[in-house]
Amino acid sequence: MMIRVRNLWKRYGAIQVLTGLNLDVVQGETLVILGRSGVGKSVLLRQIIGIEKPDQGTISVGDVDITTCKKNVLYQTVKNMGMLFQSAALFDSLNIEENTAFYLRQHGDPLTQKPYSESEIKRRVREALAMVALEGTEKKMPSDLSGGMRKRAGLARLIAYRPAILLYDEPTTGLDPITAQQINELIVQTQKELKSTSIVVTHDIHSALFIADRLALHKDGSIAYVADPATFFTIDDPIIHFLKDHLSHKTRKGS
Amino acid sequence: MGEYVSLIFDVISASVRQTPSWNLIREQLYHIGVMSFSVVAITGFTTGFVLAAQSFYQLGEKGLSAVTGVLVAKAMITELGPILTAFMVTGRVGSAMCAELGSMKVTEQIDALRSMAINPLSYLIAPRFIAGIFMIPLLTLFSAFMGILGGYLIAITLFHMPSSSYFDPMQIHISLFDLATGAIKAFIFGALLVTVCCYKGMKTSGGAAGVGKATTQSVVTSYILILISDFFLTMALNMIHQQMRYEWMRN
Repeated sequence: MMIRVRNLWKRYGAIQVLTGLNLDVVQGETLVILGRSGVGKSVLLRQIIGIEKPDQGTISVGDVDITTCKKNVLYQTVKNMGMLFQSAALFDSLNIEENTAFYLRQHGDPLTQKPYSESEIKRRVREALAMVALEGTEKKMPSDLSGGMRKRAGLARLIAYRPAILLYDEPTTGLDPITAQQINELIVQTQKELKSTSIVVTHDIHSALFIADRLALHKDGSIAYVADPATFFTIDDPIIHFLKDHLSHKTRKGS
Repeated sequence: MGEYVSLIFDVISASVRQTPSWNLIREQLYHIGVMSFSVVAITGFTTGFVLAAQSFYQLGEKGLSAVTGVLVAKAMITELGPILTAFMVTGRVGSAMCAELGSMKVTEQIDALRSMAINPLSYLIAPRFIAGIFMIPLLTLFSAFMGILGGYLIAITLFHMPSSSYFDPMQIHISLFDLATGAIKAFIFGALLVTVCCYKGMKTSGGAAGVGKATTQSVVTSYILILISDFFLTMALNMIHQQMRYEWMRN
């Protein structure tokens, strides 16, 4: 098991967001987590990558329990992970090339522990930007790009350092259907090329079906169901019924 | 309060354990030091004008106009230099630090750093802290120098004081203790303003409005803490000085 979450609890003030959540993610799979707004899907991703600590429970990434391990072990574990944020979270004081090269310049080669040569960094940045079709934007600042381009640049930043685990927080939210589909295809392509384990949080059921190996429903602070897409839609649950109806493109007039 | 104190320890620990890259420190030295040079120079210079004029008029009535130079120098070195420099740097650089970090916080850029296994304290705050505690004492000395120079210009041009009357008493009455007082205060004020502004920035929430609110709070809190700490530092340093003098006389 690549990621194992057990009995996870998280509260913000008076709001109990996670209530004993359990989740297993298998190495190399793409797990898509669906759920209504505000149920804590993004919170779960932030716990898994160690940005926030849970109030209770354990998160194991490989053999490491990141909720109890020492800070340096946590940093070593997180080095192999990457997250695409909803806003892309590009560093707005750096241009696209510097953003894409950021991790490489900070950490160097994980195998040799030596800094990458500038030519190697440039090559990997060029490849990553080409993969997301952002060639020619190297010297542009994030504020010069559209929302879709920023998401792709965020993805290029991940591709450049090839993490073993990729977390996507609503990667297609706020994008037009064509750009959303481009992002979906990129997620699938990235998955194939990097052979990484991915967790995708989304509201977009079309997107979910395109990229998922398995689907999970996040409901009332925990994961209610996890199944492959075919089985998932046979589950008797009002939210899953709604998603099924939504997929069948019913309009208000029933046409 | 506990979180702020914890941040100070964490930043010092991060600075010692993993010294930030020279490029990051150099960038902050430039922003805090070089870019504040002109504003600190103008503030020190004009304060020197006012101090010299006030001293000459107020003390002249009592026949003490000869101490104008000493008064300007003492005030600039031990009090006004450190305070005004800290205030100017807080307004010019501290507010910008808070706004930049606050903006990074609300747009998830700080989370992005953490998601790439980069400690925001080492990457964002430690370089600012190191540059602040190094540059603010230097700016303070420069401000004091400009104040003394400003006072001198007023004293010789408007009040026709001879240069020797302005400078000679300084050699007797300005001691190493005065310089140390100014430098220690500047060091503490520098550490205070950088950590307060960074702390407020890192704790920002609530989008653009939150950034504005945090920036205002960072400046006001820094000013108040600088003024309060100035009182306690003045008392403590003078007590230590008196104790040292007493010991010296006894021996």
